[in-house]
Amino acid sequence: MPLLKTENVTHFFGGLKAVSDFNLRIEPGELVGLIGPNGAGKTTVFNLVTGAYRATEGRIIFDDQDIVGLPPHQINKMGISRTFQTIRLWNEMTVLDNIKVAQHGHIQYDLKDIFLQLPRYRNQEQAIEAQAMKMLKLFNLADHAQQPARNLPYGQQRRVEIVRALAANPKLLLLDEPAAGMNPQEIEELMVFIQRIRSELGVTIWLIEHQMRLVMNICERITVLDFGETIAEGGPDDIQRNTKVIEAYLGVEDEEIS
Amino acid sequence: MDLDTLAQQFLNALQLGSLYALVALGYTMVYGVLLLINFAHGDIFMFGAFIGVFGAFVLGLPFLPTLLLSMIITALLGITIEKVAYKPLRHASRLSAVITALGVGLLLENGMLALTGADPRRYPDNFFAASVTIGDTTLELSVRIVIIAVALILFLCLYYIVQRTKWGMAMRAISYDKFAVPLMGVSQDRIITLTFVLGAGLAAAAGILWGVAFTASLSPYMGLRVGWKAFIAAVVGGIGDIRGAALGGLLLGFVEIFVVALGSPIGISSSYRDLVGFALLLVILVVRPTGLFGVARRQKL
Repeated sequence: MPLLKTENVTHFFGGLKAVSDFNLRIEPGELVGLIGPNGAGKTTVFNLVTGAYRATEGRIIFDDQDIVGLPPHQINKMGISRTFQTIRLWNEMTVLDNIKVAQHGHIQYDLKDIFLQLPRYRNQEQAIEAQAMKMLKLFNLADHAQQPARNLPYGQQRRVEIVRALAANPKLLLLDEPAAGMNPQEIEELMVFIQRIRSELGVTIWLIEHQMRLVMNICERITVLDFGETIAEGGPDDIQRNTKVIEAYLGVEDEEIS
Repeated sequence: MDLDTLAQQFLNALQLGSLYALVALGYTMVYGVLLLINFAHGDIFMFGAFIGVFGAFVLGLPFLPTLLLSMIITALLGITIEKVAYKPLRHASRLSAVITALGVGLLLENGMLALTGADPRRYPDNFFAASVTIGDTTLELSVRIVIIAVALILFLCLYYIVQRTKWGMAMRAISYDKFAVPLMGVSQDRIITLTFVLGAGLAAAAGILWGVAFTASLSPYMGLRVGWKAFIAAVVGGIGDIRGAALGGLLLGFVEIFVVALGSPIGISSSYRDLVGFALLLVILVVRPTGLFGVARRQKL
């Protein structure tokens, strides 16, 4: 059974068809890529799957349940978590607090528990703090736990954002251009980082990326979007040889292929 | 001014300031979460004070139970206003929401006027027992000190919730980046509801304390002036920041009291109180446009 299956997902912004008949299956444990020129609709697909936008047409089946129309926080709770194209950490909050907020859906207490300082409140707060620290340690970020997120170097902020997405304990992790703005050395580290997430946490990963070296090296399967249409799908070798893909990239001026 | 008068004025300022602060917190929290200036908030404060009148006269409750009752009922009012008036406009322009807030304010004022009439109300004389008996000794409590203490305790409770609980953390997160919050598993509706509960509850407490501090001053329009002043206090403190709201409220209290205390001996009439007070606050905003604790928000593209 696929973890995620989209069936003819279509989305309009007003009269503009941003995504057209998008079909994809992702099996548990896969590492899948989504590429395409700027404006092809890649981030829109992520926004549809995470519930930030509601698909105009089509079905999105996650874990055997149609999630179109569910509120984003519920989809997140079911096991889809993500990062953003431009970093969206809560800049003034500490790295630790950023991670703790993402565990929100997993804790349950009420005002009474807080005011009476009941164990239900204290234990859960302690548990999520311990869990957050564990995650930060696992990805070598523990030293920065008490710093405001904005104080971290760019590459580390990107990593914190990934750890924050993982804090919700997802089954499927969506990474929106994780390598954007990184230098070759950082990209090298990121590739190891992404592979560790899959092997150590068993999380299925779906990523959007422009850095072809990263995509071709670590993704097992790649979908290519152009103007909202899926123009190719297959393994890295097939995609690199696909004439439609080459046209889509080279046919557009000012388009960078790295 | 001798030392005793100074101490008295200091207490007056602290009392007035902490009441402004309690109301300012509601403005600042709602703004932080919704970017909405809830102009009905002053009238929510008035509503809280009138629930106090109801509790004290109709139910014959003493001070503390009345305070709790009013906080709970007013919190429910806050939730209702949010659900009925603001939620449907969540994706409308901010101007529509602000105008709606003004409308809600008018509704509350005139609704209360129709319900209770225009005569100013006051709490019963024995409403606030200013003494406690422990064993054989009876301790006289200053009304002002109790008011300041209650305000401080409420502020500390709020600060704890905002800093140390999952909801407070989510509230802060929403104030920094709203888009990411639901995608990280936080129900935005719940956080907004909680914000209105806390803001309205604090305003209700301020309303009751106001009635205790300044007797014979409860009218359906009492929320107008206090609301504006608390709003200004929140802006001066840096709207969106709860420490800022507390500080801004206290600052405004001190300015108002001491303009009168220091001004009258040198011929500045007390009717210039607001003029001088607001001029000073304007100067602060000229120097620090984002308020004392405010951070300029970077507009995202």
